Amino acid sequence: MSAEAPARLRAATTIVGYALRESLRRRVFLVVLVLTVGFLVLYAVGAHFAFRDARHFAAGQRILDPTAFTGATIFGLALFAILFLGAVLAVFLTLGVVRGDAETGLLQPLIVRPLGRATMLGSRFAGAAGISAAYVLVVYVAALLITGVAGDWWPDHVVGPGLGLAAGVVVIAAISLLAAVFLTATAQGIAVLMIYGAGLTAGLLGQIGHALNSHTLKSIAQVATWALPFEALYQAALHALVSNTTGLTGAVLQLGPFGGAQSGGVVLVAWSAVYIGVVLALAITAFGRRDL
Amino acid sequence: MAPALVAREVAKRYGETEALRGVSLEVGRGELVGLLGPNGAGKSTLTKVACGLVRPSSGTAEVDGHPAGSEPARAALGYLAELFRFPGWMTADELLSLHQRLSGSQGERAERRELLELVGLAEATQTRVEAMSKGMQQRLGIAQALVGAPRVLLLDEPTSALDPVGRRIVRELLGGLRERGVSVLLNSHLLSEVELVCDRVTIIDGGRVVAEGRPDELERPRGVEVETDGGTRVYEGAGRDDVPAIVAELVASGQRVYGARVLASTLEEVYLEAVGGRTG
Repeated sequence: MSAEAPARLRAATTIVGYALRESLRRRVFLVVLVLTVGFLVLYAVGAHFAFRDARHFAAGQRILDPTAFTGATIFGLALFAILFLGAVLAVFLTLGVVRGDAETGLLQPLIVRPLGRATMLGSRFAGAAGISAAYVLVVYVAALLITGVAGDWWPDHVVGPGLGLAAGVVVIAAISLLAAVFLTATAQGIAVLMIYGAGLTAGLLGQIGHALNSHTLKSIAQVATWALPFEALYQAALHALVSNTTGLTGAVLQLGPFGGAQSGGVVLVAWSAVYIGVVLALAITAFGRRDL
Repeated sequence: MAPALVAREVAKRYGETEALRGVSLEVGRGELVGLLGPNGAGKSTLTKVACGLVRPSSGTAEVDGHPAGSEPARAALGYLAELFRFPGWMTADELLSLHQRLSGSQGERAERRELLELVGLAEATQTRVEAMSKGMQQRLGIAQALVGAPRVLLLDEPTSALDPVGRRIVRELLGGLRERGVSVLLNSHLLSEVELVCDRVTIIDGGRVVAEGRPDELERPRGVEVETDGGTRVYEGAGRDDVPAIVAELVASGQRVYGARVLASTLEEVYLEAVGGRTG
């Protein structure tokens, strides 16, 4: 370890702490907490009635497992909501951190300190990605417990889907940081949420392609989701929920939100890591060349 | 020992606009240099080049013997931007503490207290930035620039929002810094202030240096003013050496002489002449 490493680490942790306190003072976390509690309460109520009605609806038949069908469907939708909330948090935590702060004069006093632009940007990413990923994992576990308690249903894989969603918001944090280098805060927020929407559309295309058995649509969706790997990670998380579910229940689930779901395996994990690395390298290079 | 700050033929182009066209400048150790010029002359760009915030299109700049923008260069300098903002939710003490950690200062609370006292904010330690007046924020900005005892200080319009008392505090502060061997590049519109505190002055206009030197070197004699019982007369073109002869001649002609004063152009006149009366 070089002599500069401890100083760099201290500067990095200082910037992460500064970003955290900034978010606390701006009440970002309070807003997120209120929204999350609201979501989980609504989800608990919805899960309770969904399981109750599904059992009543499916009484007397043994072909379709109503608990597995209901549990997988509502928990799959919960994953969508969790990814969305995590994406919003990741965007908020990186909003205006380069161009936005430079235009208001907040950035310059920090940048002239000897911490280096790469350390500065890396710290902002580490803070935003770490908090967003931790948030997604906490809400994921909460939704998982609510589903299990309400309907006595548990997904086929518990850990993988949570980690997949967490990795998804890390990808979004990286994209948002890259956008922060070039765009003002408002433009950055709009652009990243539109990119998020593009990923979502790719997923829907995949579902439609699966329902229509259209290879072209499925191929387009696959390319698009891998170009925006947060969507591929979400699809992989969905797939892992019911990957061991077979029979009619498994087949019916494929008609729902699981239609386009695909396992990415180790290749997806590696691709996501490379993707994040490339996006961050682009952001750091562009920031390093930017006049402030 | 290398000068505190050197700029050699620094040019900066923003698209079609040439902000700097080959500016060379030097600030010696413990020297206080004033940078003057109309709006848009390139003063702030030059300061930003020295800080590493802006990359020059050509030419080089060094701070404390290191390339501008490098880590050792940034470790040696303190900077107050013309347009700056601090997070409104931070107190003065928290802000200085943040900059202490980033600059690697070991000064702890004692340094923070000393700096706030130095800029007249001793009572505002726990005051949030958002509750401070513009002048208080500017003084806090100067304190922030002094965190970690920098060897080179770059101040871009540090007194623009200050009242006369605040300006006096800053003037005294600059004098104290010079005594401690700190080198200062002071970018200001306030000519009287620059004249009072600076060892040397550089005037830039249109991205070029148009005049430089000590204030007394830049000021040129304008004549001699003599007060006699017949009124006040100005001998244009005359200098200090001509005073005895003028007085002797007047006395010989029977006039009473009450006083004689050598007239010199003020820095303001020198400035106006150098920039051709232009404003940005």
